[in-house]
Amino acid sequence: MPARTSWIPYALIAPSVAFLAALFLMPLVQTIWLSFSAGDALSLENYRRMAGDLNFSLAVKNTFLLTLVVVPLQVVLALAMATMVTKLDKGRDLVLWVLTIPLGISDLAAGLAWLALLQNTGYLNSALYALGLIEGPTGWLSQETPWSLFFAIVLAELWRATAIVLVILIAGLQLIPKEFSEAAEIFGAKPWTRFTRITLPLLKPSLQSALILRTVLAFEVFAVVYALGGRNFPVLAGEAYVWQNDNQNYGIAAAYAVLIMAISLAATAVYLRVLRTRPEQLP
Amino acid sequence: MADIVIDRVVKEFGTFRALQEVSLTVNDGEFVALLGPSGCGKTTLLRIIAGLETQTSGRIVIGGQDVSNLVPRKRGLAMVFQNYAVFPHMTVFENVAFGLRMQKAQQAEVKRKVERAAALLHIESYLDRYPAKLSGGQRQRVAVARALAVEPAVLLMDEPLSNLDALLRLEMRTELKAVLREAGTTTIYVTHDQTEAMGLADRIAVMYGGKIEQIGSPLEIYATPATRFVGGFIGSPPMNFIKVQCSQGTARIGDAALPCPATGKDMELGLRGEDASLSPNGSGIPFDIRVVEPMGSHLLLTGSIDGQPARIVAPPIAKVNPGERVGLTVDPARVTWIDSTTGRAIAQP
Repeated sequence: MPARTSWIPYALIAPSVAFLAALFLMPLVQTIWLSFSAGDALSLENYRRMAGDLNFSLAVKNTFLLTLVVVPLQVVLALAMATMVTKLDKGRDLVLWVLTIPLGISDLAAGLAWLALLQNTGYLNSALYALGLIEGPTGWLSQETPWSLFFAIVLAELWRATAIVLVILIAGLQLIPKEFSEAAEIFGAKPWTRFTRITLPLLKPSLQSALILRTVLAFEVFAVVYALGGRNFPVLAGEAYVWQNDNQNYGIAAAYAVLIMAISLAATAVYLRVLRTRPEQLP
Repeated sequence: MADIVIDRVVKEFGTFRALQEVSLTVNDGEFVALLGPSGCGKTTLLRIIAGLETQTSGRIVIGGQDVSNLVPRKRGLAMVFQNYAVFPHMTVFENVAFGLRMQKAQQAEVKRKVERAAALLHIESYLDRYPAKLSGGQRQRVAVARALAVEPAVLLMDEPLSNLDALLRLEMRTELKAVLREAGTTTIYVTHDQTEAMGLADRIAVMYGGKIEQIGSPLEIYATPATRFVGGFIGSPPMNFIKVQCSQGTARIGDAALPCPATGKDMELGLRGEDASLSPNGSGIPFDIRVVEPMGSHLLLTGSIDGQPARIVAPPIAKVNPGERVGLTVDPARVTWIDSTTGRAIAQP
């Protein structure tokens, strides 16, 4: 038996390892190589040109701004929604199902749906016009209205991607035995204290997963931004797309891709460290 | 001063009536056990007293104050949960201190009271540890210390020993009794374990089917059960119930005659296994022995009286064999007469 089992596990994971190597690891190495090469030599030329680009600092600023606004809002919203959903007696599954519908919609489709609402001839303007609040078609998504464009993107992102945080947090909440909260209640903790002193600390592992997932995806934000604002609101992933497709410069596109990856990895490392649960504190 | 008055409390879950008009008064400083099989409503009643469930109707009065509609934290009580509910993300110290912190007590007072509760439960040496590093018995102590640290007027305990192994349970039971006696706290203790209830409680309320069947001191409950259920639930082996004919105040079984209440109803003789003794000459109630189990301190004899199953306790040195018929003598003062139709005990003649 021991002799036979020694190679079987490796054989069993070999297909997925091969799959990952061919379709994930190879392109990753190629991308990194591409970003660091000029001709056949190692060079930082791509990064120099990326950093020197007119849109670069704006894209960095926008991406971080969007992440810093959207992710905390999503966590707060999801926490509130999850707390309410877990308190429902009847119709809980239906409510949860409705709340998670946006998850089934591709981000480009979500962006286009919000475009239909918010563009010059969109539903929002029609409604405002009918109420006599505006004179005629008003632009909300143009370069001249950066704040309303930003607000629109935040709104669309909240609508589109809060549900994934919600699902993770509900799963986490269900793992916490209700006796902890009951004990706290008996010993004098008010609802808010129970939430901050008992529920939140015990929910930390779930919060960590949700934050990692959402933050990494937020740094990659692209389709919703592209649908609503085009290049009026440059973001990192959008710049990578422009360099790849419009400018046909794969090296600079690769540099953007590597930069996004580095930021995501750094954010993940921060979450893993800051929201770590020590083994002795696990239930 | 914290007596507890439970006044006609009813709890319905949908169409199911978990509690049917339960009334009970617990005196200040008294230890009352709610004893019954699972599903009898004892935990529901405890959770209603705590305020974790809301009664359908009825009142809960603690220390003269109607707390029926108050949230748990305003009822001035502490509770020990079946699975301890010790907070895993806090040290033992912070767990014990939790109630005091919620009362916004000064740090010096918190420290003093935590240390006193910890000393009482012998957990001083691991105050800075996390609960995950403790054994079940130690976590249990933390849960009790957390409850006692706030010096509650009322302490509620929900099967606190049921997750411990048998030896530890015995040890904790003794210790709990000593600790609570010293604290003088009014205590309601839910258990399905009759030895726990008998050993700990001043009075026992035996519950069955959402009702209190009987309430009384452990001895009363044991010696004079009010219903067939109480007799059968309390005691090991459980009370034997033998259908007999009672005519003109005398019930005859074999050549034995016992005085019985002349009510003209069908009745059963409730007989504790240890209240019968083997007669030296084989006279008395005939008992056919089927199985003999030596238990060390006594022999447990299983067999039948008049064709009805019965268990009798005999001295460890008694010379009896399976298949044998022996005679039992019974003290008429120590038997219980049960009305077959109602299942309730009939007052002694």
